[in-house]
Amino acid sequence: MTARTVWIVAALTLQEAGRRRVLRSLAVLTLLLLALSAWGFARLDAEFGGLTSGEAKAAGSIVLNLVMFGLSLIAALGTAFLAGPTVAGEIESGSALAVLARPVRRWAVLAGKWLGLVVFGGGFVVVAGFAQFVIVRVTVGYWPPKPLTGLALLALQTTVLLTLGLLLSTAISPMASGIVAVGLFGATWIAGVVGSVGDALGNESMAQVGTVSRMLLPTDGLWRGAMNSFQDPALLLQVGTGVEESPFLSMAPLTVTYLAWTGVWTMLVLTLTALAFGRRDL
Amino acid sequence: MTGPAGESLAAAERLLSELPPAPAVWCSGLRKRYRRRTAVDGVSFTVGRGEVVGLLGPNGAGKTSVIKILLGLVRPDAGEVLLLGRPAGDPQSRARAGYLPELFRYQPWLTAAEVLRLHVRLSGTAVSAADQRECLAGVGLADRAGDRVGGFSKGMQQRLGLAVALVARPELVVLDEPTSALDPLGRADVRDLLLALKERGVAVLLNSHLIGEVERVCDRVVILDRGRVAASGTLAELLGRRELRLRLEGVRARAEARLAEAGAWTRARDGDPGEVFTVALAADPDPDPGAVPGLVADLVALGVRVHAVEPTRISLEERLLDILRTGSGEEHR
Repeated sequence: MTARTVWIVAALTLQEAGRRRVLRSLAVLTLLLLALSAWGFARLDAEFGGLTSGEAKAAGSIVLNLVMFGLSLIAALGTAFLAGPTVAGEIESGSALAVLARPVRRWAVLAGKWLGLVVFGGGFVVVAGFAQFVIVRVTVGYWPPKPLTGLALLALQTTVLLTLGLLLSTAISPMASGIVAVGLFGATWIAGVVGSVGDALGNESMAQVGTVSRMLLPTDGLWRGAMNSFQDPALLLQVGTGVEESPFLSMAPLTVTYLAWTGVWTMLVLTLTALAFGRRDL
Repeated sequence: MTGPAGESLAAAERLLSELPPAPAVWCSGLRKRYRRRTAVDGVSFTVGRGEVVGLLGPNGAGKTSVIKILLGLVRPDAGEVLLLGRPAGDPQSRARAGYLPELFRYQPWLTAAEVLRLHVRLSGTAVSAADQRECLAGVGLADRAGDRVGGFSKGMQQRLGLAVALVARPELVVLDEPTSALDPLGRADVRDLLLALKERGVAVLLNSHLIGEVERVCDRVVILDRGRVAASGTLAELLGRRELRLRLEGVRARAEARLAEAGAWTRARDGDPGEVFTVALAADPDPDPGAVPGLVADLVALGVRVHAVEPTRISLEERLLDILRTGSGEEHR
């Protein structure tokens, strides 16, 4: 019965995502970004017609990272604003009452919502990301070295953020939980930038800001891992060690330890959410 | 299964099956505090199988909190709940329970039929599509089954909520203010629905401000005040006190003594002709049918001119106000 509940609620969450305006706004934003990037890449090729294949690869690789960052931002916004209302909004409006008075366990309902959101967010990242790869391939002839790993890491990043959004939504109001989740996502990214500047300048305490923030909220770490899979390895060699890390350039792939930590982090936050939701008076 | 162990197990099973079914709701010593405010303070009551029980009380008396505790939506600080024989901590206790919340809201992006299907699936009960349609028709939403709930008026959403509460063949239905958004016609429909449930032997716990409604359909009433059970009992027990209003002329000391024998009496001087006397007859579930004629005959014999005799019943509303104002906790169980 519990597995059934998870399944029913996951399907319901996907149905909700499909029918609410959030999907349409997400689709419009994505199409806009894809169209803009297609135009941009086409111009890149036309303006600098004489690019050597190596230069085209370098340019394509860097601009691809920029656009993928835009996509991951859209995914983050979309899922955070879906995850927020899903618990807090339903408690506030009262629609959780009728559902939770059924013979269901609260954690199963929560797990169903989480699963539905993961499928939705992950699906979005994979579809939109793949469309972007095709655009880059057609316009400048660049294909990332590890597209699947990169997309999987981006999907994982979305998962991490929506898990945080769910936790927040058991404690604070729906809109606030979305805003806080996206705010934290942005703050971690900035902390990551600060950290890489610290790395470049050899300032240890600055570098630690990045490391600590990547542990507290693994979105930025995953983003860097994804970037690494999109970049041309030759480009990294070319850039060498002079620049070190930059917000849109990642020198090293992710370690297995970091991925394991991300898994543990997600399970911890989800367990905390289930505990908070289970104890809450409706 | 053979041997003495098997036999004794079979005997125990037989014994269990012969026991009367557990009550639909049994709760004992429920207590709930929200920060400094005590919302529920030692509430205990029972709803028998097939019984319709009304939960009455002023705003903030703790009625909705009690209902939410019963359904596992709010965790009590103390007390125990058994729903259809299972502890409320077990989700399966709610498998045969239907609930219409006071704050009724259903997924606005689903159609009415989809909401019902969702609740049927969540309840784990097999209900055919035809039965689901019939359930929607039963609350007057047959022609809106394919429309999104987001476009429904409040009254229609409440009707849908009733359908949700009734769709999964419940043995217990908990209705929290089921007519708050309905017009008089809708209220009459709900009354008919309640009577139909009663006929089918479905237990109902009804929280309603409409005392007339409660009086018409409920077998028993539990009155809550400031989180406590102020009174509870069958309607006959709670309303057992009957009154007799008489317009009399020429009442003297002996006639007054005869009136006092019948019950406590008061005199109002506005009768024309004569004076109006109100006699509160003793609470008796099985009253003597000859009491009133006997009183009238005696009064006439004592030279009193009797202009009018009018038996009256105390309404539930008067009784409720009486209980809440005086705080008299005389409990009938």
